[in-house]
Amino acid sequence: MYSTKYVKARDIDDAVKALKSADDGKFLAGGMTLIPTLKQRLANPDCLVDLSACGLSSIDDEGSAIRIGAMTRHVDVAESALVQKAIPALTHLAAHIGDRQVRNRGTIGGSLANNDPAACYPAALLALGGTVHTQSRSIAAEDYFDGMFETALEEDEIIHAVSLPKPEKAAYVKFPNPASRYAMVGVFVAKFADGVRVAVTGAGEDGVFRAHDLEAALNANFSADAIADGMVSSDGLMSDIHASADYRAHLIGEMTRRAVNACT
Amino acid sequence: MPEGIASQGIGASVRRKEDRRFLIGKGKYTDDINRAGQLHVYFLRSPVAFADIVSIDKERAEKASGVIAILTGEDVAADNLGGPICGWAPTNKDGSAPSEPPHPILANGRVRYVGDHVAAVFAETLEEATSAAELIDVVYSEMPAITDLKTAMDQPQIHDGMEQNTYFDWELGNEAAVNDAFDRAETIVNVHIRNNRVIPNAMEPRAAVAEYDKGDARYTLFTTSQNPQLTRLVIGAFMLNIPESKLRVVAPDVGGGFGSKIYVYPEEAVCVWASKKLGRAIKWTADRTQAFLGDAHGRDHISEVKLALDKNKKIIGLRVDTLANLGAYLSAFAMVTPTYLHGTLLSGVYDIPAIYTNVKGICTNTVNVDAYRGAGRPEATYLLERTMDVAAKQVGMDPAEFRRLNFIPKDAFPYQTALALQYDVGDYEPLLDRAMAMIDYKNFESRRAKSAKDGKCRGIGISTYIEACGIAPSAVVGALGGRVGLYESAIVRVEPTGTISVLTGTHSHGQGHDTTFAQLVCDKLGVDIEAVEIVHGDSDRTAFGMGTYGSRSLAVGGTAISKALDKVIAKGKIIAAHMLEADDADIEFKDGKFTVAGTDREKSFGEIALSAYVPHNFPHDRLEPGLEETAFYDPANFTYPAGTHIAEVEIDPSTGVVELVDWVCCDDFGNLINPMVVEGQVHGGIAQGVGQALYEEAAYDDNGQLLSASYMDYCMPRADNFPSLKVQNLVTACTHNDLGVKGCGEAGAIASPPALINAVVNALSPLGVTDITMPATPEKVWRAIQDAQTKAAE
Repeated sequence: MYSTKYVKARDIDDAVKALKSADDGKFLAGGMTLIPTLKQRLANPDCLVDLSACGLSSIDDEGSAIRIGAMTRHVDVAESALVQKAIPALTHLAAHIGDRQVRNRGTIGGSLANNDPAACYPAALLALGGTVHTQSRSIAAEDYFDGMFETALEEDEIIHAVSLPKPEKAAYVKFPNPASRYAMVGVFVAKFADGVRVAVTGAGEDGVFRAHDLEAALNANFSADAIADGMVSSDGLMSDIHASADYRAHLIGEMTRRAVNACT
Repeated sequence: MPEGIASQGIGASVRRKEDRRFLIGKGKYTDDINRAGQLHVYFLRSPVAFADIVSIDKERAEKASGVIAILTGEDVAADNLGGPICGWAPTNKDGSAPSEPPHPILANGRVRYVGDHVAAVFAETLEEATSAAELIDVVYSEMPAITDLKTAMDQPQIHDGMEQNTYFDWELGNEAAVNDAFDRAETIVNVHIRNNRVIPNAMEPRAAVAEYDKGDARYTLFTTSQNPQLTRLVIGAFMLNIPESKLRVVAPDVGGGFGSKIYVYPEEAVCVWASKKLGRAIKWTADRTQAFLGDAHGRDHISEVKLALDKNKKIIGLRVDTLANLGAYLSAFAMVTPTYLHGTLLSGVYDIPAIYTNVKGICTNTVNVDAYRGAGRPEATYLLERTMDVAAKQVGMDPAEFRRLNFIPKDAFPYQTALALQYDVGDYEPLLDRAMAMIDYKNFESRRAKSAKDGKCRGIGISTYIEACGIAPSAVVGALGGRVGLYESAIVRVEPTGTISVLTGTHSHGQGHDTTFAQLVCDKLGVDIEAVEIVHGDSDRTAFGMGTYGSRSLAVGGTAISKALDKVIAKGKIIAAHMLEADDADIEFKDGKFTVAGTDREKSFGEIALSAYVPHNFPHDRLEPGLEETAFYDPANFTYPAGTHIAEVEIDPSTGVVELVDWVCCDDFGNLINPMVVEGQVHGGIAQGVGQALYEEAAYDDNGQLLSASYMDYCMPRADNFPSLKVQNLVTACTHNDLGVKGCGEAGAIASPPALINAVVNALSPLGVTDITMPATPEKVWRAIQDAQTKAAE
């Protein structure tokens, strides 16, 4: 990696200040994507601002939603009794990200800020209709994701926390890429009193997206049988050495069926 | 013999002695070695697959922080250095020699694959060398990359003067007899086979540390090698013109090789060269990306197979035409792997009277391809065992019974195949029967029905393999174009206190020689295993030996140790006779004691050892002091391990995911020295073969970029992909080595891919699927199901 400056911020203000004083600084959360990127010399920031001491690790019950601090690690979400009770699908999702080492360092805020098109958390945020809270505003999930690795966040904007509404029931089912074990297709189905939301990760050329056709079908009949073969178009889906767009389209339907069956 | 020692000898599952140092983190690998004042080298690699180098501007880089020197192909040419050589060159079918284009250790004027070495940057730190490399401005004039094996022959020349991008065009067998067999055939079976390209992925990437001692004008190279003596010979005599006595090569602990660390690559030679040129020790350790782009890949064949059967469903002829992708330059054993290690094995375990094969070795703008665990034999076994299944289906026979019908019968040994090899011994039916019993073959259909109830497709697949290992008789190797002898050396040094050092020319990089070779000593001399030290990997200490590959270490290296031990015992008897005032011929050696036959007069092994080095009253006219013996052993034949592997899979048709649910095998490796180590070797081999069959693929795009150049995209098999593997053995002892051993290192990787693919096809055959290519990825399986259903609907 290129040599760089490391700053451990005391709080959010300190972090923003450190970033502003750098030419090309980067916030460092768990580092599970950023550090490998640096090691590969694919990024050359002149300053890394570590957020781990900013007091952003927390899980709270807000009544109709749970609020998770941005620096909460995957392992903490996976082991939270509160999350398990409120949104067991989220427990399952967090418990199956990467491997034990990744779960012990990676954070929900880091994952959402990075918006890897194959990451799991974006599907949860979008399907649950969550909100991203930063130091300056709250951003609805619909307005947050802006294509692969792109979000609505400004350069010096830091996620404090995310609020995730509690669904009636939900499930996340992932078809892992055999090599990386990231999601090749990941489907989060969430059923609320006012309707069903389905978010798909791992498959879209523009990153995570809502599958409106599937939502309509499930709103009419919340059953795996409602998902017919060919209901998902391959338009806009990724094709790579692991899976063609056609196969991803098929898997979206199949994973949705499984998610509906797994909903709790 | 004390019971404790008996439990350490041949046949005992002694725990691996070497594991202690590995488990406490005290293994000594090349990257652990640092020399005072060492420089780090970073290799700037070509980002394009095929291009002329218009210019290299290194001025800015040379001024960068910490940079000591930047060497390029021009410096290599100015110093008149040679490149890596080919160790084995088969003759073309027209009698001409194969084409061996030069392989400069730093590209001179042209790059031929993504990863080709363009410049070596030497700096005080690796970071500085890496950063400086980014400042080198190379102007390339690109040409279209040639990556497709099928069409490469019709493309422009990659190497000047090499026609049709063909390194060689080789044949073996009797074409007229095969044509005649096809004329008479009742049934002809045609199978198209693709053997996918894989990347070795040893856990430890390659590394080198080189230094030059001005005082005694001598180089030392520490490196990740499976055969340090060969590395010394090649770098010294063929690449850098260094007298062998002035170059010491040490291969310390090495974390796996699978063939990829047999060969000498440019990096190691550059380190040795620069250590004198720059007057500083040089260190290089590949990162994983460099390993993907630099280590020789494996397999990558396309074959057309034709099998002729008579009316009794007996095989009467086989023809195989193969294109082998050998990459941009010829690696050391690139030419022998698809020819003599592949073509000669096409008879398998079957009695086939007429066989002919043609193999063309093709150059493409891809990484070099060479031997990879099994080396040619997995390719032969895959195409033959897939063809056996297709043939069985075509003639309406159970695949097990079709194989049984065509087995070489037990009483036909020694069996002369139609392809040069003579199998010394074997008995294939009991291996098949045992494996079938282990997996409960006869009740498979009820398991299939049960899986079907759960919506799953269950399949079973057999592979009855043979391989030729214990490489190899030097006379045979020489007659077939080999430029090396393939004997092995051993020195057994008994020390004054009775401890024993065994210096072997083989090299252990995961095989467990520290333990198994020591067991040979315990068994013969009756000493405790802790008294035995196995020394390997240092050209200053061991005798010249050929290293470890081709499952040769025990069959050839172990036999050399056995012969040296015999010499030690013979000398010990003379010493004992002298001490006991008896006749040499009256001394017996048993259980660690030299005894005058028929008396209770005896000397222990320790007493003999001590007296050999304190020879106060030796009769020097007939008895030398010391107790150290050397043996070189050249085998009389290859060894021929064989066996049956059976895989059972369950496929989810809604996703195409193949789950391996059961695996059994029964192998015949001859006598076993350490059954636990053998089982471990079989487990690893199966995992590697299943990796090739289900997961692994080196994928290139049309521009010659390696798409699967990291673990994000190159899928390795993992522990959770496997059920518990059931491994058993039967023994027919090898007839031509003292130990009766055959070798077990590669068998798993040779046997397993066809068993797996046969199981997948078997699972899908009720849906109308007849073939699936490796790797059987979820999408490929799912698509095969869709295509078969579409076809059925038409």
